[in-house]
Amino acid sequence: MSMTIGKKSAGEKAFDAFNITFLSLFAFTAVYPFLNIIIVSFSTPAAANQYGLKLWPSEIQLEAYKIVFSNKMIWTGYANTIFRTVVGTALNVLFTVLCAYPLSKKYLPNRNFYTSVIIFTMFFSGGLIPNYLLIKELGLLDNRLALILPGLIAPFTMIIVRNFFMSLPEEIEESAKIDGAQEFRILWSIVLPVSMPIVATISLWYAVAHWNAWFDSLLYIQDPNKTVLGNVLRKIIIEASPQFQQYDTYDPAKPENLITPDIIRAATIMVATTPILCVYPFIQKYFVKGVMVGSLKG
Amino acid sequence: MNTAAAAPAASRKPGKFRLWLKSYVKYRYLFLMLLPCLLFFLVFKYMPMYGIVLAFKKYRIVDGIFGSPWNGLDNFRELLSGRDFPKAFRNTLLLSFYKLVFGFPAPIVLAILLNEIRLVLFKKFVQTLSYLPHFLSWVVLAGVFMEIFSPTRGVVNYFITMLGGDPIFFFGDKSWFRTLLVSTEVWKGVGWGSIIYLAALSNIDTSLYEAAIVDGASRFKQMLYITLPSMLPVITIMFIFAVGGIINDDFDQVFNFYNDAVYEVGDVLSTYTYRIGITQMEYGLSTASGLFINVIALILIVATNTIVKRFSDYGIW
Repeated sequence: MSMTIGKKSAGEKAFDAFNITFLSLFAFTAVYPFLNIIIVSFSTPAAANQYGLKLWPSEIQLEAYKIVFSNKMIWTGYANTIFRTVVGTALNVLFTVLCAYPLSKKYLPNRNFYTSVIIFTMFFSGGLIPNYLLIKELGLLDNRLALILPGLIAPFTMIIVRNFFMSLPEEIEESAKIDGAQEFRILWSIVLPVSMPIVATISLWYAVAHWNAWFDSLLYIQDPNKTVLGNVLRKIIIEASPQFQQYDTYDPAKPENLITPDIIRAATIMVATTPILCVYPFIQKYFVKGVMVGSLKG
Repeated sequence: MNTAAAAPAASRKPGKFRLWLKSYVKYRYLFLMLLPCLLFFLVFKYMPMYGIVLAFKKYRIVDGIFGSPWNGLDNFRELLSGRDFPKAFRNTLLLSFYKLVFGFPAPIVLAILLNEIRLVLFKKFVQTLSYLPHFLSWVVLAGVFMEIFSPTRGVVNYFITMLGGDPIFFFGDKSWFRTLLVSTEVWKGVGWGSIIYLAALSNIDTSLYEAAIVDGASRFKQMLYITLPSMLPVITIMFIFAVGGIINDDFDQVFNFYNDAVYEVGDVLSTYTYRIGITQMEYGLSTASGLFINVIALILIVATNTIVKRFSDYGIW
């Protein structure tokens, strides 16, 4: 394609100019909503209520962060989310690999049957109430396991790992088999070391899903000490937690008001999403790689 | 080695059965790995399917799933003759249709535009920024968009008033709520959705382009005759997923965006199922509503896959 350089037509030049402008604008719209939240979270009420495109906080204050950081709910949510992310992801990866490896072997008896049984669950499920009743019957309501077990293996992710295992050359296992190594050993010491890219990828998939999850916590967890961050956030952002109502009186005529619920909301969003905002540029390539591996052979 | 093909049902003859059994003994460790995973699917995915019987029962808490009396199709009759379910059904279809129309081509266009960028760093930069929304939940995004679309402070309304319009309360205005849902959904999904198409584009043999250039094909012609056809298989597969999912509305999004003021246009099947089930404890009705959605979804995905397979070699299974 390098041949085109140096002899672009006028039409091509116009297209390139349009393309670069368009994509720059597009990239801006992808991040501006967050930039806006960052700015509002650091603003005084007067600055936050200014109309227009905010590119920099005109008056900075940290009042909202003081309120958010002193909120115990946020920290409890953080601890619970970190717990489910770490423990949940570890179990997700372990069982996804344990499921994918046997299914990647053509000689596994009834392999197609088992694969179909698993894939079917991607397209049909019991539904909300039957799932809820199952968790209740198992006695897992208000138990952190209810946030981990129901999603232990994601079928789609498992298939991607299986496809990766299938793409590995069979020879790498042959010598170990001749030496009499058992399947567990082969998986652990031969297959897994060469599968680290896919393991890293699915770990991050599961981890981000755990980090963002809130619905299962809403359904299964009543105990405020076990509520995850996403749900705490939901209470503050959407249900407008009553404890913030006292700040709900912005009046331009009374500049002594230091804070409004909107600024607290913005600061809460920042506190909850900063970890993701910081790590995502570095982990996104694993996500991209995973999507590509999955798309090679479906 | 061909014993793997022997299914349990075909194992009537003792010889075949023994071979089948033998293959399990031979690969017992492999099967041992799979066993806990199968157990997981059995307990957490297949056992709830038994609860579907509730769709045909009048659920009473004291009687549980087993003891509650059967009531035939009464739940479905109640749903279909009511006001809220048909409304939610209509809203789901409308929203899915708009999301398909605007959301499906968007990542394809983005991928093609990104593919035309020769500055690798710029391309990477745009891509990375476009992935950001994918990593955040709708809870966060709801908060983020309440600011952006705020009628008194939001930048969107700032531009609307600048162009001479009146500020719009997107989150509370029935005539704008669907637009809000569709546009934010497209915004969230476009960058991430483009990955799969970019992957398809990176697999195109560059010698095709070189040959086209030698033949004097313009970049537009190359796009039309090389880039697009090369993406077609992936586009087909993605289309199956998209059409198959037309009944699966985005619960996370709607649930965090909607409120009483916009139920009329915003209430979808999944939020309706949640409300009558969890909030109003109408387990029978809610299960019926869920089953209704699931069956249609299943039919849709099987149908679309069959159709696509007939016309091409591509399909999900």
